[in-house]
Amino acid sequence: MDFWGVIFDLCQGFSVTLKLFALTLVFAIPLGFILAFLSMVKFKPISFLTKVFIWIIRGTPLLLQCLLVTFIPSMVFDIPNKDFQSMLGLRTMADLQFTFVLIAFVINYACYFAVIIEGGIKNVSIGQHEAGKVLGMTKGQIFRHVILMQVVRKITAPMSNEIITLVKDTALARALSVIEIIAIAFEKVNKYAVLSPLLYTSLFYLAFSGVLTILFHYIEKKLSYYSV
Amino acid sequence: MNMLEVQNLTKSFGSHQVLKGVSFSLKQGEVLVIIGSSGSGKTTLLRCLNFLEQADGGSISVGDEEIFNASGKMNLSDHAMRDRRLHFGLVFQSFNLFPQHTVLKNVTLAPTLYQTAQLKKAKAGRNAIKEAKAAIETQGRALLEMVGLSEKVDEYPCRLSGGQQQRVAIARALALNPDILCFDEPTSALDPELTGEVLRVIRSLKDQGRTMVVVTHEMEFARGVADHVIYMADGIIEEEGTPEEVFGSPKSEKTKAFLAAGYNR
Repeated sequence: MDFWGVIFDLCQGFSVTLKLFALTLVFAIPLGFILAFLSMVKFKPISFLTKVFIWIIRGTPLLLQCLLVTFIPSMVFDIPNKDFQSMLGLRTMADLQFTFVLIAFVINYACYFAVIIEGGIKNVSIGQHEAGKVLGMTKGQIFRHVILMQVVRKITAPMSNEIITLVKDTALARALSVIEIIAIAFEKVNKYAVLSPLLYTSLFYLAFSGVLTILFHYIEKKLSYYSV
Repeated sequence: MNMLEVQNLTKSFGSHQVLKGVSFSLKQGEVLVIIGSSGSGKTTLLRCLNFLEQADGGSISVGDEEIFNASGKMNLSDHAMRDRRLHFGLVFQSFNLFPQHTVLKNVTLAPTLYQTAQLKKAKAGRNAIKEAKAAIETQGRALLEMVGLSEKVDEYPCRLSGGQQQRVAIARALALNPDILCFDEPTSALDPELTGEVLRVIRSLKDQGRTMVVVTHEMEFARGVADHVIYMADGIIEEEGTPEEVFGSPKSEKTKAFLAAGYNR
């Protein structure tokens, strides 16, 4: 077995893992905020539907959602996945599979984030809103300059939990034939009949979640310059 | 002419009527003190003045401008609402300072946002905005000096005592230069030894000619600072008059009972 060759291939697999991880965060965090706002809208039908949606997504397995997403083009829009791929301008089928997984991940994680964000927003005392109001600030200004930073601080710990879970959930992508690090590790296991690539893989995950843990610890410390 | 004219204000929460028709007026530079037991509607009255609650009936005028009338359509834009609201300032019982901002930023944040928005609307240049910001900061420092906190400008509120926090809140309310400054039990959340510093600031504001409405349980202070006293009970003005009249020779039995209980505390 060519040790460095295996490590190099695993690195390539891990880059796919990281790509899925990063893109999920980039889209799921803003979508989480949007869902959190929608579930707090005063107009009942909208907040109710949002809550039902969040319930469905949080109440079903992510793996199932990944699989279901792949059927949406053909079942809902009556477009074969092959055409869907060219419609999206994707070069390969693998790119399409990756896109499907990404969509499922974004929706799934946005729902978890939404619940955390909603909790964080509701946790900021009503007095903060009122203070902004009597000072003549608009709703947008109050949110941006008064509420948001307090929400960020309140949600950092629960968000870091979800985000570290996301690192490991990316392994599910393999079920949709996305070639990420675990898929490559199994390929090596089969090729060389040794288990060590699996061990190396776990070290990749460990190292990355370690980095994230340190990063979140740093952010929490940065944000704790004041107490409430 | 009256600075503030409130007529027949009513407000209910569900089936519970909290304000049952409250009318009073206030001249420029006068201090109105509102006393009464909890649940009498004092705080709701202040909140209606500051548009934190919308009254069900009655009207509010500042100067010769009617800023609220329950019978008229109140479909105001966010912007118009804000301009009306700025006639009043409010100091809360629980301070409600912004914990993530420094003391100075607490004072300058709202005026900076307001001015910047105004200037941008008038298509003013970057320099004009910069100058406006600098002016607001200078004014903020001056206000904090006035309340005796010039050494705390860069601190965060959590590092201050309750009395200091409340003085920051007063400076913050003054930064928008409201016509009428309202206080909602400004010392009720404070340890007894810290109330003095806050009351002194309010008294000095009276000396500067500020028009103020103060809801308080501090009877000695009320008697000393008020030009006019209102005793509220069950959503109506039970008795009103000069401090001498209300504290010295109350006519209503309810007022007598309240004052006797208050002094025995």
